[in-house]
Amino acid sequence: MTAILTLTVLVLIGISIWQISKMFDLSQTERNTSQIANDKDNNTQGKLMFAFLVFIYLLTLYSFYAWGSVLLPEAASEHGSQYDNLMWISFALIFFVQTVTQALLHYFSYKYRGEKGKKALFYADNDVLEAIWTIIPVITLAGLILYGLYTWTSIMNVEENDEALVVELYAQQFNWKARYAGQDGVLGDANVRFLQDFDGKNQVGIDATDPNGLDDVIVQELHLPVGREVIFKMRSQDVLHSAYMPHFRAQMNCVPGMITEFAFTPITTTDEMRQNPDMIAKVKKINKIRVEKSKDLVAKGEEALEPYIFDYLLLCNKICGASHYNMQMKIIVETPEEYEKWIAQQPTFAQVIQ
Amino acid sequence: MKNGSPNNQPLHKSFNNLKKEKDMSAVAHAHEEDHGHHHKETFMTKYIFSQDHKMIAKQYLITGLFMGIIGIAMSLLFRIQLAWPEQSFAIFEVLLGKWAPEGVMDPNVYLALVTIHGTIMVFFVLTAGLSGTFSNLLIPLQIGARDMASGLLNMISFWLFFLSSTIMIASLFVEAGPAAAGWTIYPPLSALPQAQPGSGLGMTLWLVSMAIFIASSLLGSLNYIVTVINLRTKGMSMSRLPLTIWAFFVTAIIGVVSFPVLLSAALLLIMDRSFGTSFFLSDIFIQGEVLHYQGGSPVLYEHLFWFLGHPEVYIVLLPALGITSEIIATNSRKPIFGYRAMVASILAIAFLSTIVWGHHMFISGMNPFLGSVFTFTTLLIAIPSAVKAFNYITTLWKGNLQLNPAMLFSIGLVSTFISGGLTGIILGDSTLDINVHDTYFVVAHFHLVMGISALYGLFAGVYHWFPKMFGKMMNKNLGYVHFWVTAVCAYGVFFPMHFIGMAGLPRRYYTNTNFPYFDDIADINIVISLFAFAAGAAQLVFLYNFIHSIFYGKPAEQNPWKSNTMEWTAPVEHMHGNWPGEIPEVHRWAYDYSKPGQEEDWVSQIVPLKEGEEELQH
Repeated sequence: MTAILTLTVLVLIGISIWQISKMFDLSQTERNTSQIANDKDNNTQGKLMFAFLVFIYLLTLYSFYAWGSVLLPEAASEHGSQYDNLMWISFALIFFVQTVTQALLHYFSYKYRGEKGKKALFYADNDVLEAIWTIIPVITLAGLILYGLYTWTSIMNVEENDEALVVELYAQQFNWKARYAGQDGVLGDANVRFLQDFDGKNQVGIDATDPNGLDDVIVQELHLPVGREVIFKMRSQDVLHSAYMPHFRAQMNCVPGMITEFAFTPITTTDEMRQNPDMIAKVKKINKIRVEKSKDLVAKGEEALEPYIFDYLLLCNKICGASHYNMQMKIIVETPEEYEKWIAQQPTFAQVIQ
Repeated sequence: MKNGSPNNQPLHKSFNNLKKEKDMSAVAHAHEEDHGHHHKETFMTKYIFSQDHKMIAKQYLITGLFMGIIGIAMSLLFRIQLAWPEQSFAIFEVLLGKWAPEGVMDPNVYLALVTIHGTIMVFFVLTAGLSGTFSNLLIPLQIGARDMASGLLNMISFWLFFLSSTIMIASLFVEAGPAAAGWTIYPPLSALPQAQPGSGLGMTLWLVSMAIFIASSLLGSLNYIVTVINLRTKGMSMSRLPLTIWAFFVTAIIGVVSFPVLLSAALLLIMDRSFGTSFFLSDIFIQGEVLHYQGGSPVLYEHLFWFLGHPEVYIVLLPALGITSEIIATNSRKPIFGYRAMVASILAIAFLSTIVWGHHMFISGMNPFLGSVFTFTTLLIAIPSAVKAFNYITTLWKGNLQLNPAMLFSIGLVSTFISGGLTGIILGDSTLDINVHDTYFVVAHFHLVMGISALYGLFAGVYHWFPKMFGKMMNKNLGYVHFWVTAVCAYGVFFPMHFIGMAGLPRRYYTNTNFPYFDDIADINIVISLFAFAAGAAQLVFLYNFIHSIFYGKPAEQNPWKSNTMEWTAPVEHMHGNWPGEIPEVHRWAYDYSKPGQEEDWVSQIVPLKEGEEELQH
């Protein structure tokens, strides 16, 4: 039935286009039937160009007004503020250039719309002008590049140290696991070839003969103590995945056959982030949407949605198969005391395989 | 020459001419004699296995448009799913059949649609459809040649493209579905049938299709290069070439440099898939089984893929920029501003494009130091790009703008090229890439800067050279409707996507409903989809205009846009060899518009300089 409706709509669209073109054809028969723009076209299209400039500006303003609230909140990691700074500087630059160049482009298209008998200016070259608009981008970009590289180096330069917490993020289709290095602070050797040992209890393939591995702790929920550097070691057992933690401005691919690294220091606990005014507003908005949706669901006899409470997320951000869209893990940033209490309750690898 | 094709000279003969450009007219004379004894053309030799560049251009265009319809239709299907996730739609049941049980799209099919949409749009529409069409049509006509250097290779190039299109379409109908690992087909996902259904026969067909596509592209590119170097008419020095030809020429060179690398990546992947080698695979446990692969690296594949993948962006974009340069100059009735700077920026972009591929891999696990190098080279590309944008704007300044549909699309291209290009400053910066990598921010960026821009270039080219291709005019009012709806919708679709990306939403998610955190972007997705449907409908206006005009369009005059370039000196009626009699000689560059001292506001390239007239750009 719906198929017939769809077809009907398509046919109707076709007919209306045909009719519109008929109308155009008819309206043209008396005057010039040429398909080349005449003064009237130039005038209309030139004005439309100017209107389009207004459209671009309005769209930009409206988007910020309506959707500004969906943007990520303030970074919850130490390097995140550097990241956000660089982002805002780049954005300021982009908006400036965008506003000016779009204005020139569309204003000129409007202002110099053609007129019969008018002659364009023969103006083929100007070395000074061209030098100016080559050199200005050079200088601006040099600044951005230097600032960017400085930040990049300081973020990516991971130095092993005793203070840092070492955590392995282990990816597989379609879930995440985390492995803590335990008392000794060293992750035991691991390889996919050990995965089938101990009737599948060896969830991330730890080499049981490596003493470093016995005190490792494997969990399904990532807990991080606030204010302490965390060095992540990423592994994948099957295909590429990407460990994406947007609130911490952190991401690294998980590559089968190699170990990749990323490090950051969380500075805002989950509780603190829940109290962030932006976050409160966002959660409120989300819950309002969920209440609305629930009404529909209940009307259909389904269960209502649970109210949403904010939590940090680890998402998979590299296409990895059918359930890529649902490969996630909760991250909880808490005080060191809470963290110590939690980790002490988790069974070690040695306990699991016994 | 017995087969009547005017330009089937052996290649070596053309090469011999390399050093004696001035003897070109002698070659032209030789052709002329051929025209006396044309043998009768059959339907097969004229429309199917044609060696005439103008017919091959049309074949490319129509195949490209057909693929474009499929690619865009696919995007509309997944836009329905993204706006109203997991709901039942009859159209899914009709078009997707068993892959949409009870009208609800299957997640694997979502990935397949995204993958094939990307593949078709990037390679089949914007590489073959755009560059294939206009390089073929314009290179011989604008440089004053009878045909391509090798008509036979040209014909083979098209038919390989056609074959690869057929295989790609056929892959949509295999049992387990087409390739679904994203258009970049990163292994191991693409290498292991256990990882997803699309990595079975569908992926094999994808690889075979692409291998043939690459062969086609290489044959085409070599032909373009040889033709531009050897077959320019008398007086057509490199510095008198229209910017279209510069763009096609340099595009062909980038293609020859980078496409073979993609072929090697595809071949190695085929070996990993079928012959048990471990180029890209190591330490894999999947479906309860440890696989034997050891020692390979997916990162190696990423390097090989992006060594083509990034230049590919410019293979797509440069022809569009060349086309706009030509159209903006013609319709502004002004010389293109800074011809030399435009050529230099094409060359600079081409060179830089081959050394920036790593910016797709900042967080791939590659050494961060390499990331620094690639950030540096990547941001450098902004400089020639900025020069181009400023030069376009200055060309408009104090012009006498003839706002034909082709001109609107060209101005639209400059607009989206700027909007999309600017966000490249964010993505090209390794630091900022960390958090927006693979999010919708990237989707918004590349669709604007290469997708929409190149499509605008394609449309601009079709509207502008339609009279040359079909001897008819397209309806301008339908063209205006087409442009304005498309222009508004293109921004309507891709501008909001930046926000979704900055909210942290990864791309290639079948639905976002598993993350309550993203509930507040559901309505943005609906807005985007509505704009997408409207944009899709606007393309129907174009299709109608295109097909209708081929048959019922107003007959075209020889030079409807009063353009200086050589293709408009050839007769409207197509003929083998392009010009009756001798090929005209070229006396000036292509941009003498509104030159003081001339009666008209244009002077064709074949008009000799007046006494005392100063020649520019030489």
